[in-house]
Amino acid sequence: MSTPKDNVTQSITKVIAASSLGTLIEWYDFYIFGSLAVIIGHQLFPSDAGASALINTLAIFAAGFIVRPFGALVFGRLGDLIGRKYTFLLTLVLMGGSTFLIGLIPSYSSIGYAAPILVLILRLVQGLALGGEYGGAATYVAEHAPAGKRGFFTSWIQTTATLGLFLSLGVIVATKNILGAPAFADWGWRIPFLLSILLVGVSIYIRMKMHESPVFSKLKAEGKISANPLKESFQKKANFKMVLLALFGATMGQGVIWYTGQFYAQSFLENTCKLDFNESRYILLWAILFATPFFVIFGSWSDKVGRKWIMLSGMLLGILFYRPIYQYFIDATNVGEFQKTELKSTSAPIVTREFLAEKADSLITTTTIKTLNNGSTFKEIKAVTLHADETMPPTEKISFADVTLPNSTFWIIVALVFFQVLLVTMVYGPIAAFLVELFPTQIRYTSMSLPYHIGNGVFGGLVPFIATLVASFQGSTPLSGLWYPIGIASLSFVIGAVYINNKGDRDVTD
Amino acid sequence: MNTIKRILGVVWIILGPTIILFLFMQAADKIAAAAVGIARTNTTLQWSIIIIIFIPICAGLMIFGYYGVKGEYDRLPGSSDDL
Repeated sequence: MSTPKDNVTQSITKVIAASSLGTLIEWYDFYIFGSLAVIIGHQLFPSDAGASALINTLAIFAAGFIVRPFGALVFGRLGDLIGRKYTFLLTLVLMGGSTFLIGLIPSYSSIGYAAPILVLILRLVQGLALGGEYGGAATYVAEHAPAGKRGFFTSWIQTTATLGLFLSLGVIVATKNILGAPAFADWGWRIPFLLSILLVGVSIYIRMKMHESPVFSKLKAEGKISANPLKESFQKKANFKMVLLALFGATMGQGVIWYTGQFYAQSFLENTCKLDFNESRYILLWAILFATPFFVIFGSWSDKVGRKWIMLSGMLLGILFYRPIYQYFIDATNVGEFQKTELKSTSAPIVTREFLAEKADSLITTTTIKTLNNGSTFKEIKAVTLHADETMPPTEKISFADVTLPNSTFWIIVALVFFQVLLVTMVYGPIAAFLVELFPTQIRYTSMSLPYHIGNGVFGGLVPFIATLVASFQGSTPLSGLWYPIGIASLSFVIGAVYINNKGDRDVTD
Repeated sequence: MNTIKRILGVVWIILGPTIILFLFMQAADKIAAAAVGIARTNTTLQWSIIIIIFIPICAGLMIFGYYGVKGEYDRLPGSSDDL
């Protein structure tokens, strides 16, 4: 026979499942665009590299950095005025609809510039919807959860961003493997986008059956809903100072730890260490798989020991260990050095010759595949430029690509990426409960959404851009780009340590 | 601890405009270095978006510092009734 306590638990389980599934799908929708950006560029953008880059800039920068915080304001306000349930239902419809439609856009060769313009519009709608989704889901779950288990329950929402990334990578890799690379590049890339409508349909059906948050319903029944949440959040000093504290003392540091551990690590392994495309993705997939349960573990632990020091410890460990970890990545994949003593075999060279039209120079490229004694393989590309002006000596450049790792090194790197994702779980697992507890019910959706999306979207989203920028400075090394996440995390750590209380307001009904 | 909060407030007030100045200098440097044509337009667009988004954030950091100096964070609200 079920007890009232069982019913409460069952109801909370349904609330978590309905909210998490929708949020996971929103993240999946947002990430497949990023993962398929190159193919989308070929299919839907003009072949002129300059124009294509311009549209890409708008799609990535505008959607991530401007529209996401704007979505947080628009939907946050709506959520505090009409309720959590209908607002995050709306964001789900917008996100799912725009993702599905991206999959239907005819190619650039069929409809010309209408194709990239449609992509841009739909990408902006995606950014807007994502900005409104998270705050609603976190608030909705937190307002159902009992005080002593708020960190535990909201941590399920926190798993969704990472699982959305995992799902997007998994669906793309599976579709590509089933169809083969040529068919995937031609039309198969549309499948992950079209698949979204099924996932969103299921999620909408489940969410429609849910009730409004009890805390918000009570407030509404008492006629205590805020008349102007934006004004109350940002013009009332007592609230605004907490918005600033949440941004600079928590979400800013959380954003850079999140993006460094899950995006920069993979990008560094692929672009700086020259790992094979699949190898770098498999490393991330394994690391995410092992680390994801820790979102719930740290969220739950924060109910007992407080949110502050778990989040700040994640930042501190990142500050201390990023540089040694990335130095190991470079050392362990330095095939140019290894081949001097460990070379086992070299394939027959493939030689190509092309003329460099603008200078009448010619380029001779020699590609060989080499294998080391430890089982590692890689491509060595030797490019020799013969100048038309015969007084100039030939210039030679050697580069490496498609590095595959020996088994032991592969798993050590998985462990090091796992450690970085573990830090993500420390900073991110408890943060929803922390943000929810910082603000009163009337303006909670608005007040917590903006610092979250500035911290995560702007500070985190800029990690690849600023890291590349720093690495371009004179005298920089491949590790110099890490100074951006280390610097931001340090700033956030100091502000959080000095200004934030470990014991927050655990009563979210007021 | 409250003294540290107030002293650090001054640091945040100074840091806000310093970051904006740094971003403007970087933007000018990178835009000038980009090839004339669509590449320069693209670089200008990227940096414009970054500066537009960071100006209010840095203003926020200065306000945060000002609140710190004024002692607004000496005692954080214990419940929503204090807000």
